[in-house]
Amino acid sequence: MERSEIFDKIQEILVDALAVDDDEVTSEATLIGDLGAESIDILDISFKLEQEFGFKIEQGELFPEGITQDPDYVEDGKVTEKGLALLKERVPHFNFDDLEADPSVENVAKIFTVDALVTFCEQKLQAA
Amino acid sequence: MRWMWIDRIVELVPKERMVAIKQISMAEEHLHDHFPSTANRKAMPVMPMSLIVEGMAQTAGVLVGHAENFKEKVVLAKVSKAKIDRDAAPGCTLRYTATIEQMTLAGASTKGIVELIEPAASGEGKAEVIGQIDLIFSHLDQNIGGVEYPQENFVFSESFKTLMETSGIEANF
Repeated sequence: MERSEIFDKIQEILVDALAVDDDEVTSEATLIGDLGAESIDILDISFKLEQEFGFKIEQGELFPEGITQDPDYVEDGKVTEKGLALLKERVPHFNFDDLEADPSVENVAKIFTVDALVTFCEQKLQAA
Repeated sequence: MRWMWIDRIVELVPKERMVAIKQISMAEEHLHDHFPSTANRKAMPVMPMSLIVEGMAQTAGVLVGHAENFKEKVVLAKVSKAKIDRDAAPGCTLRYTATIEQMTLAGASTKGIVELIEPAASGEGKAEVIGQIDLIFSHLDQNIGGVEYPQENFVFSESFKTLMETSGIEANF
């Protein structure tokens, strides 16, 4: 499936799940910051992606869980080297450039963009 | 005692679908405040739509809870869609049909149909589909934030057990 086709389907899913307009769902938009997604929306989006694309998403596969609450991975409000390495391993579909430049814990949510979601689905479809 | 918004479970296909009914009675006090009379309109006792949503949440919630033998704390996390086309008056029956669409360790999504059965002078009343309510449930102990909750399952209380028993369904929780 073409990346643009995946984007179109994801756009439709996000419009439905987050009650946002199509033009708000750009590649760069962040799910939690720009589109107002809450943790339960991540579950809703996972369900909708599974249904649309026919693959299974394991818990924590789409968005990291528990890492930012763990003192091993976050120190003084910043993600540690160890935390960053774990994030890269757990959610390789994210682009980590910005987080590496400023590893503040509030920046973790900013790496979850629509583009990352498209990459995630693309990788899942290729692996299938 | 928790407010129960379904009176009886009439069908349960484990992990798949559940049908429950609610008889709307003039004796229910909340009906009289909804809608109260105004200068331009007489009082109109109808079932508040928010409570119809709760009725579906209880139907679908029991179905989801039953799927894991009531071990999970199943909480309503999101109303994905709620569309109800007409009012439900006293004397009518609401029939909720909830179907599990997807279920994972973290929770479940359900689809629901609401029917209104108006009583007839003789024989069975006519059922009409009046709404669709789609919901997302979360298994509280599997939350993303890793928050811990008490061990006791406070969601499925004694009143749910009573509902199942009076509906003739075994309730071992």
